[in-house]
Amino acid sequence: MRCRKCRERAVLEIPRHHTAFCKTCLTDFVCAQAERAITEEKMFAKADHVLVAVSGGKDSLSLLDILHKLGYQADAFYVDLGIGEYSRQSRAKVEQFTKARGVALHIHELKEDEGAGINELADLVHRPTCSVCGTLKRYHFNRTAVELGYHVLATGHNLDDEASRLLGNVLHWQTEYLDKQGPVLPASMEGFAKKVKPLFRLAEREIAAYAIVNRIDYIVEECPNSKGAKMLLYKDILNRLESESPGTKQAFYWGFLAKQEADAKTRPSMTDNDQAVLHPCPTCGQPTTAETCSYCKLMARAKKDGPAPVRM
Amino acid sequence: MKVLLNHPVREVEMKGPRRVRELLKELSLLPETVLVVRGDELVTEDDMLRDDDRIEIRPVMSGG
Ligand SMILES: [Zn+2]
Ligand SMILES: [Zn+2]
Repeated sequence: MRCRKCRERAVLEIPRHHTAFCKTCLTDFVCAQAERAITEEKMFAKADHVLVAVSGGKDSLSLLDILHKLGYQADAFYVDLGIGEYSRQSRAKVEQFTKARGVALHIHELKEDEGAGINELADLVHRPTCSVCGTLKRYHFNRTAVELGYHVLATGHNLDDEASRLLGNVLHWQTEYLDKQGPVLPASMEGFAKKVKPLFRLAEREIAAYAIVNRIDYIVEECPNSKGAKMLLYKDILNRLESESPGTKQAFYWGFLAKQEADAKTRPSMTDNDQAVLHPCPTCGQPTTAETCSYCKLMARAKKDGPAPVRM
Repeated sequence: MKVLLNHPVREVEMKGPRRVRELLKELSLLPETVLVVRGDELVTEDDMLRDDDRIEIRPVMSGG
């Protein structure tokens, strides 16, 4: 197979765009799609300081790589969840990557700061690990971005991540979550970082291919906690649909975004909505809709039920 | 040829020559969910794999 642009040997076929690319043209394509997302959705500008939440996986490390190629100022933030060998390996990938490129890396270590790893914390509060993990990561992503003065927090979520999450929300008609499914969440109030997903136009497979041809050493292993997770099932189903009719994922997610945008004119803005319901958490000062924020609630519960040294 | 698979990591021996498309079919893998790497080069579905190739099947879903 030949590259449709330059006739070199192709490394990836992209049926949803009726094309195939060589290494160089694939890299150009991926960077152009990210740039388009960043500018069209007004995510950030060249003068802004971007904090990229990295996991050691292909998406977040590729995102960091792409942003630097495009000339943006981006640093890395890693949350060490303390999941044994998996965390050790993924942290090592992040440290190697950032060190080799001279990228600033901030680390939050659960065992150090919360006094326990994610599995122990989830056990203490009797909640599913993935849900506790989500709460903790969201909290620290936001807090770190705000406290360190970054303009925006970027995550490596791709088209497959967003389409599968949308499928999950629609299957259960969790319409209250749909508002927050766009690629940009505004910094609607003091203490809230703007959050963006520059890879939402790119399929997971395109990013994995980008990582391989650009020799990005990422953790291939899955998080041991995510085995059998619902999201993987939704991704699998969408992949089967995509194989039968290329373009299904983007039609589903981008179509949803277009509808949201059309509706936005007649509805109150997300900022107005947020400001109506959010206030600072009395314990930590982070914005929350509840009396105490979900992080502080979680930590209070872990501390009460825990035998030992869970810190706040 | 030696074929390295992930999730979980394991190695299988397959006979060459055969096309990537056929290899994936034989392993019951959906092309949309994997990438095929020969040595350290990405190959496409119509590429021919030889008996002495070292192949890695890289799942595209990974990490968190
Ligand atoms: Zn080309
Ligand atoms: Zn709080």
